Amino acid sequence: MTRQFKEILIKNLFALLAFVAVLVLGLIVVFLFREGLPLFRLVSPGQFLFGTAWYPTYDPPEYGIWPLIVGSFTVTLFSCLIAVPLGVLSAVYISEIAPAHLKNVLKSVIELLAGLPSVVLGFFGMVVIAPWLQETFDLPTGLNIVNASLMLAIMAIPTITSISEDALYAVPREFKEASYALGATKFETIARVIVPTALSGISTAVILGMARALGETMVVLMAAGGAAAVPESLFDSVRPMTASIAAEMGEAPFRSGHYHALFATGMVLFGITLAFNLIADAISNRFKEVGSGTL
Amino acid sequence: MHGILKKLAAVSLGLLFCTGTALAETVVIKGSTTVLPIAQVTLEAYMKARPGVNISLSGGGSGDGIKALIDKSTHIANSSREIKASEIALAKSKGIAPTETVVAVDAIVPIVHPKNRVRDLSIDQLSQIYQGKITNWKDVGGEDLKIVVISRDSSSGTFEAWGEMVLHKAKVAQRAQMQASSGAIVQAVSKNRYAIGYVGLGYLNRSVKALTVGGVPATAPNAIAKTYPISRPLYMYTDGKPAGETARFLQFVLSPAGQKIVEKAGFVPLTDARKPPKKGK
Repeated sequence: MTRQFKEILIKNLFALLAFVAVLVLGLIVVFLFREGLPLFRLVSPGQFLFGTAWYPTYDPPEYGIWPLIVGSFTVTLFSCLIAVPLGVLSAVYISEIAPAHLKNVLKSVIELLAGLPSVVLGFFGMVVIAPWLQETFDLPTGLNIVNASLMLAIMAIPTITSISEDALYAVPREFKEASYALGATKFETIARVIVPTALSGISTAVILGMARALGETMVVLMAAGGAAAVPESLFDSVRPMTASIAAEMGEAPFRSGHYHALFATGMVLFGITLAFNLIADAISNRFKEVGSGTL
Repeated sequence: MHGILKKLAAVSLGLLFCTGTALAETVVIKGSTTVLPIAQVTLEAYMKARPGVNISLSGGGSGDGIKALIDKSTHIANSSREIKASEIALAKSKGIAPTETVVAVDAIVPIVHPKNRVRDLSIDQLSQIYQGKITNWKDVGGEDLKIVVISRDSSSGTFEAWGEMVLHKAKVAQRAQMQASSGAIVQAVSKNRYAIGYVGLGYLNRSVKALTVGGVPATAPNAIAKTYPISRPLYMYTDGKPAGETARFLQFVLSPAGQKIVEKAGFVPLTDARKPPKKGK
């Protein structure tokens, strides 16, 4: 076997493996749309997306997922309000301020947090946070947006921190040195030079963290309460799209309207996640040209 | 003479078949979380009596169990509702003949937090509460507190039975919380003095207060006498007439010993415990 032949063989093998991954994803998308699209023979996309009544098992059924979409977005948004400051500031501390030994400890603790199974967090939200919230604020229910958002924030923080930390780490050393040379303090250097330079990476981190929270299922199934109504306050229960799919798919009769409606909900989720990823991509490309290079 | 020989041969063949399958057979049971405690306690006793038998049990809801029976991924489908015509049709198209065995009677009990002053609700009041038309406990004789309605999700047989017997097919309020299991409902109600939920008799414990319905407490005698209005039979479905280990297990559940265990688990045993499996419809 000549070296050239080996080279070609390896090249093709890798190409094949890469192609398999793409193919699998493609098939999943095809399947998702094949099972979801038949719903629109029963209701129009407008009725489906903006209908406010989700009664898929009644006769006649109603397939409006607006309360579910609102549910998903509220918990995602509020979890980000908690997770973004915590996640980004932890990344700044770990990458720029912490002494070396503390840095390693913090990094591994955050990685550990990423490994926490979501069902454990959901259970924690259900049996610890819910009664606590309810008694402390004298609420009708502890299974609500705040509870689910808190748990989701804990899940999103590791994503946000580790990607932000990578972005901060990638800021060229010369930038910092130039800043110090001009007499800037450490705080000025971080706030005016390092963070702005890493901003594209940090934005990507935030968006991926949001995508993580949006796609999370177990936590919202257990801690969000599951009421399919548009919430009026932060302490109302909601039923995010993922929770609805997980709770109902088991019962939906094969290829019934309900079944197609759940797949169509999956299509909506897929669309939103895809949009998040495209935005993350666009941001990181746009800021890339500005960022690096030494003078 | 010839007849006797034939019978003997059949019996010994049957015995051979039974012992042969008993060694190799694994019985899979799946379905309703209401029937789950019944299956759990009876199979524990059964496996103790017959070591070496392998029975696996999981929940998921009545619909899941029946779906699994149709997919041939379970031997017994537990169900807290009668099989639907659409499910029978689907089963027949795949060559499955769902056969029904009533294993116990269950009463669905409305539950509230132990500190709630309300003791009794009528079917009509329950229906209004679950439809979101009564929203404050003071309207039904309790404190001035908002009512938090907790329901099972739509994959539950208990949800369907409640929908039929209490709501008479009216829609559950959108604000109702949905919980994925009966255990989760007890958990949620026990920690929430605003809440009302409903569970099978087997799930009652001291952490929650059971309400009487129209003045009638949910007890085994009341359920059998049908004076308690929200009671229903519980089923185990098999493909055709059960055979081998599956049949033996079902026989054990229906036997006086099995029914005694069912009673201990908080369910209502069948009055005629040796009723043979009914033919599916």
